[in-house]
Amino acid sequence: MIPAAFEYTRPSSVDGAVQALAEGGEDAKILAGGQSLIPMLRLRFAAPSVLVDLGGVGGMRDIHDDGEHIVVGAMATHHDVMSNQLIREHAPLIAQATATVADRQVRHLGTFGGSLAHADPAGDLPGVASALDATFEVAGPSGRRMVSASEFFVDYLTTAMEPDELLVAVHIPKLTGWGTHYEKFNRVAQAWALVGVAAAVRRSNGTITEARVALTNMGTTPVRAHGVEEALADAPADEGTLRDAAARAAEGTSPTSDLSASADYRAHLATVLTRRALHAAGGL
Amino acid sequence: MTVTEHGSGTEVGRDRRRKEDARLITGRTMWTENITLPGMLHLAILRSPMAHARISHVDVSPARHLPGVIDAFCGRDIADIQGALACAWPVTEDTVVPDYPPLAVDEVRHTGEPVAVVAARDRASAQDALEAIEIDYEPLPVVMDMEAALTADSPLVHSAQGTNKSYTWIFDSAEAGTGGAVADAEAEAEVVLSRRYRQQRLVPAFMEPRSVVVDPTGDQITMWSATQIPHILRLMLAMCTGTPEHKIRVIAPDVGGGFGGKLQITPEEFITFAAARRLNRPVKYVESRSESMLSAHHGRDQIQDITLSARGDGTITGLSVKLLANMGAYLGIVTPGVPILGAFMFNAIYKVPAYRFECTGVFTNTTKTDAYRGAGRPEATYAIERLMDELAAELDLDPIELRRRNWINHDEFPYTTVAGLTYDSGNYEAATDHAMQLFDYDALRREQAERRASGDPIQLGIGVSTYTEMCGLAPSRILGQLRYGAGGWESASVRMLPTGKVEVVTGTSPHGQGHETAWSQIVADQLGVPFEDVEVLHGDTRTSHKGLDTYGSRSLAVGGTALVNACQKVVDKAKPIAAHLLECDPSDLEFTDGQFRVKGSPSSAKTLADCALAVFTSHEMPDGVEPTLDADATYDPDNFSFPHGTHLCATEVDTETGRVTIRSYVAVDDVGRVVNPLIVEGQVHGGIAQGVAQALYEEAVYDADGNLMTGTFVDYTVPSPADLPDFVTGRTETPAPGHPLGAKGVGEAGTIASTPAVVNAVVDALRPAGVTDVAMPCTPERVWQAIQAAQQKSATEGGDR
Ligand SMILES: Cc1cc2nc3c(=O)[nH]c(=O)nc-3n(C[C@H](O)[C@H](O)[C@H](O)COP(=O)(O)OP(=O)(O)OC[C@H]3O[C@@H](n4cnc5c(N)ncnc54)[C@H](O)[C@@H]3O)c2cc1C
Repeated sequence: MIPAAFEYTRPSSVDGAVQALAEGGEDAKILAGGQSLIPMLRLRFAAPSVLVDLGGVGGMRDIHDDGEHIVVGAMATHHDVMSNQLIREHAPLIAQATATVADRQVRHLGTFGGSLAHADPAGDLPGVASALDATFEVAGPSGRRMVSASEFFVDYLTTAMEPDELLVAVHIPKLTGWGTHYEKFNRVAQAWALVGVAAAVRRSNGTITEARVALTNMGTTPVRAHGVEEALADAPADEGTLRDAAARAAEGTSPTSDLSASADYRAHLATVLTRRALHAAGGL
Repeated sequence: MTVTEHGSGTEVGRDRRRKEDARLITGRTMWTENITLPGMLHLAILRSPMAHARISHVDVSPARHLPGVIDAFCGRDIADIQGALACAWPVTEDTVVPDYPPLAVDEVRHTGEPVAVVAARDRASAQDALEAIEIDYEPLPVVMDMEAALTADSPLVHSAQGTNKSYTWIFDSAEAGTGGAVADAEAEAEVVLSRRYRQQRLVPAFMEPRSVVVDPTGDQITMWSATQIPHILRLMLAMCTGTPEHKIRVIAPDVGGGFGGKLQITPEEFITFAAARRLNRPVKYVESRSESMLSAHHGRDQIQDITLSARGDGTITGLSVKLLANMGAYLGIVTPGVPILGAFMFNAIYKVPAYRFECTGVFTNTTKTDAYRGAGRPEATYAIERLMDELAAELDLDPIELRRRNWINHDEFPYTTVAGLTYDSGNYEAATDHAMQLFDYDALRREQAERRASGDPIQLGIGVSTYTEMCGLAPSRILGQLRYGAGGWESASVRMLPTGKVEVVTGTSPHGQGHETAWSQIVADQLGVPFEDVEVLHGDTRTSHKGLDTYGSRSLAVGGTALVNACQKVVDKAKPIAAHLLECDPSDLEFTDGQFRVKGSPSSAKTLADCALAVFTSHEMPDGVEPTLDADATYDPDNFSFPHGTHLCATEVDTETGRVTIRSYVAVDDVGRVVNPLIVEGQVHGGIAQGVAQALYEEAVYDADGNLMTGTFVDYTVPSPADLPDFVTGRTETPAPGHPLGAKGVGEAGTIASTPAVVNAVVDALRPAGVTDVAMPCTPERVWQAIQAAQQKSATEGGDR
């Protein structure tokens, strides 16, 4: 279909974008890769008055190393992220999960920041950012602020950003000595996850010293599987431990029932996929 | 068997790259959507959000005043000119055929039904203006379920008809004299198996959405439409709107796929036709993908109750089938006939002594169903092939061994089946042996046993499907017996141009199949001209005035024969002219490699091009010979053609998640003589993909209120190459006797064969777990739930003991 009419502006700096948002008021929307927004406009589920296209803002596609973090510009495309050497080295979980996003065409247009700002619980990257304890750099009329992953994702398609704010970059802590894995389960190859599991495991001498597990599509936001993490802290790195820990994956989650899967089935999948993700991440 | 040898045969059988692909793939061609005419207006259609409602009030005037808008109208405004859509296949004398106004006038009966139209200078303005139209709906009760629709107190889709039943069509071999009585067979049988299978509703999902342009200026009204059936469309426009047929020209330019989904005369075509006449300006309508999913006809949607009776050694003694076929809310061009095509295929490749088939067509508040790749035959093949595997399991026989015990042997052809068709040819043994060898059947069975023994969470399943189909639609005589409104012949013309180049006009209407390439290969061999020198023209009633279009794997089998016959006539016409040029008697000439040679004196020769030029100048023609080489032929087949094959599928089923992965897939098809192996390979691949899609991925789902829940490709999960395995394909070639090319048709084979092969493999993997069926599509959740249910069942049964 055809979107309702809208104004379009293409600022060249973050400040310019913030100003454009302020001028556009409540109905202004950021346009990144457009891979989620444009379909919503075409189906007329959304009808913003102004689109503020970030495509002309310099530097927003950059990915750099600031020492402790890899800083990923919000406008880096999925393809940029997947093929970036810093990401591959220090945050391979992101590279692996991003490769499962959609198809080649979408990965060349859709952005890392757009995926996170969109906050679709079925999206792969919110769970991954959550497992990695990423920090979100947000710009608004009163300057920049940093938001932690646990605070960033508020509800279905809702983040802690105000309508006059935008996401500039995401700071990913470098994980050294960790094994990671993203286990995605979907109906067809280019589809969203029914359930996904992002796991990071640190081992030393046959014990798991620490594990972080986040679940995709098991609630209205990405969910950290705290039960699993607890069960693994300083636990022996063996088959039985992983199985028992994974059995707790669905604890405290509230997945939806929809056409692609019932809540019960999602809960079951979460346990199986968590076991598999831990297996792979833990190098067992 | 008589297989006429033709030409020198250097082109037919050759892997030619398709002539049409460069333009189709790059899009540098004429799609209906690309057409822009001076002063053209764009239509947008408002569609009903209700599944069943009376339209109590419509006010289009607020839309009329919006920017860019030229006109807005509702059904009432064009009631006198829009005509009514017709069904060409009422299958019984008393089939209920309800009124079908293209633009709803008083009542809507499914979501997505067109209710009002805006015409504007551009598409966006038309779309925006729809929101200004005011419509009040008075909701009426909705019926979605076929069995509920047939109960006495069900809401009625068409209250004036007093029933939701469209028809009941019965075939009984005892009455027809083609076999015994099923009741006797069942009474005497050692095994009687009854199963209910569900053919879920599918969306044909062609790549190019439907679009139509109508230009009413000039002496003929011209319609361009993304259709499979331009000729039938012209006829129906004439018959259903009262416009004289010779005042209508229909063009199907390049068309991006159809799969039966564009074998339709659509409300949108009629609405656009009416709008152009009302406004006296060219108008264009292009549907969005959302509109396409909602309102273009759907496929399948049957409930199949099937009973097989057999002796203890597996010999089939009887087969009975009771179908409920969902018509949707209205009857499309061949809606009632689709399940009836299946009536002839449930007995498949087997010797069945007694057969009874009964089908009831049911109205519900859903989008109408109609032809979708295979149309009736995949449904039938699915049910019988699923049940053959169940019978094998029941008798503890290998499923292939069970089939061997029942199929028609190659030396038994021609064979008249219990459904009354005469299968002309086939070799099921050869196809199956070849498939088993490519598949390494025994090794996979061994691996399966090992995985079962070790309790591997990934279980291996092997699925078998031996199929045949009736295609080459169709002998007109049989279509008449089945009450179809048209014939099944096809036409071709060959025009020899003065320079020796050839224009071929075909009545078939390709929409991705590659006719331009295959037809060129045939003509090259028949006339001895280079492949490149042939141009194939189609899809415009001005150049191709006569044809019955493309569907039912008919184009090569029927249209190709017409073409061969037309070429033969060209050669016959050229002969006296060549003789005149060579100053010999025509009987002294032979025609090979495009040259007429004097027998015994090979150096004196004239090419067809020489004759074409001679005819053009006509300076020196023999007396009494008409100065033309051009020829037409129309061919009506005596019989259907019967491709067949054996498909084998190995699936890995993850018992923890329910995910099904196809590990290997072997397809051995016998489609008769192959004109272009590359095209055949493509058809087989695409066909298998679509059949696998039904088995594992696709389903159109409505909620209880009649809303389509799978209205986008996010929810209607069409698989991509990433979801499909490499296909191993092989062929056996048993030429179709009585057919100059020996070709049988390949368009639907893969789709017909693959669905049961895949589901049989899924069930086979899980049989030790106690699973005997998984409803299609076999989604991970359905598979997982089937395992859970079987475990619970065995736990309670265990407890009872
Ligand atoms: C066919 C298809 C399949 C897909 N499959 C998957 C999948 O498997 N997994 C997956 O994770 N995703 C999938 N996606 C979504 C894809 O990853 C999108 O790219 C992503 O969701 C949004 O990124 P974008 O850059 O396109 O954002 P846009 O569509 O431009 O924007 C999305 C939303 O985020 C807001 N936004 C964007 N950038 C910013 C910013 N910097 N600051 C503030 N707000 C911002 C916009 O205003 C809008 O509301 C799929 C998309 C398609 C079309």
